[in-house]
Amino acid sequence: MYNFDFKKPSTIAEAAKALSATGAQALSGGQTLIPTMKQRLAAPGVLVSLTGIAEMQGVCTGDGGLHIGGATPHAVVAREAAKAYPALAALAGGIGDMAVRNRGTIGGSVANNDPSACYPAAVLASGATIVTNNRKIAADDFFHGLFTTALAEGEFITSVVFPIPDKAAYVKFNQPASRFALTGVFVAKFGNGVRVAVTGASDNGVFRWAEAEKALGATFAASAVAGLAVDGSNMINDLHGTGAYRANLVKVLTQRAVAAT
Amino acid sequence: MTKVTMTVNGKTVSAEAEGRTLLSGYLREGLGLTGTHVGCDTSQCGSCVVHVNGQAVKSCSVFAADLEGAEVRTIEGMANADGSLGVMQQAFQDHHGLQCGFCTPGMVMAASAFLAETPKPSENQVRHALDGNICRCTGYHNIVKAVMAASGQDVTRIAAE
Repeated sequence: MYNFDFKKPSTIAEAAKALSATGAQALSGGQTLIPTMKQRLAAPGVLVSLTGIAEMQGVCTGDGGLHIGGATPHAVVAREAAKAYPALAALAGGIGDMAVRNRGTIGGSVANNDPSACYPAAVLASGATIVTNNRKIAADDFFHGLFTTALAEGEFITSVVFPIPDKAAYVKFNQPASRFALTGVFVAKFGNGVRVAVTGASDNGVFRWAEAEKALGATFAASAVAGLAVDGSNMINDLHGTGAYRANLVKVLTQRAVAAT
Repeated sequence: MTKVTMTVNGKTVSAEAEGRTLLSGYLREGLGLTGTHVGCDTSQCGSCVVHVNGQAVKSCSVFAADLEGAEVRTIEGMANADGSLGVMQQAFQDHHGLQCGFCTPGMVMAASAFLAETPKPSENQVRHALDGNICRCTGYHNIVKAVMAASGQDVTRIAAE
């Protein structure tokens, strides 16, 4: 890996300043970024660690639902969100492996927007709000496709606020080597409707499955989506599964998620 | 290069580190603690697992400079004060939890961090906790058995001796 200058600010304001430098890159838990840098797929000149900022750590309930600091590791979410939002805690407890969960953070995962990452499905299905160092972004406006988000240069996620649904569940079909979701579906039922978000399937990253939301809004039962067709033509096609295989998984996992709520 | 100071196995230590120096390199090359093994160097195999502030972390996937002031424990810090094997190490020996031994430091560190949080785990919980540690020799049964034994549970019904 190429060398870089390392900075570790202790406040959001200091981090924002450090990240305004040309070539600066935010480092959260590093469980994706560090392997990427080893492969020289990324070579930032300045790396700004966000793990020393106390105001970006932890889980608490507050205005709008459950607030999770951007630099909160998955293991902490798995533990501390278990009462308030069990489906989210279960998702966090199933990411990667134990050691990865101790370092990897929600802000890092959401900002990276890996098309097979788990968190984007929870954020989108919950209709969460992504809070950055200078604005709030609705989940529906945040994910812009493969590894692309609404975040501007130098902008970083300070917290994510999750409205808490009446019922929710996340079911993923594990890709056993990488432990990413080969496909994963998060179903969240609110008083005013159902949201269904799918990760790991589309060529374009996480997406909402509108037809299933409509069907489940009318009848919240696994059978409600049984008759729906999922188009596999724009889905990831690789050695682990064809687009058609993933399209089938979308439907099967949605049914399992509904059954698990 | 800057000096990075942390507590490793109870002693305050300092070593020079570049920004890109990984904790695994800091321990092995900076401090000469070569018990921490680097298997894949891609965050997948788990043989480099150490404890950082009590938690299992892959030392190949964290920068030393990010851990200024941290409490780190490595396999070298797992023996008892009199030099005899610690509980987890002894359990691995008693139940043949290793063959070539390459993955063992990571297995012992991951398993001991796990037991600290979950003192009486089920077999399934042990398997889930060790998901990120790859062993190519044992087929895992005896590793799981060793971890269950280290937790003080009866292991006669787990796998074959």
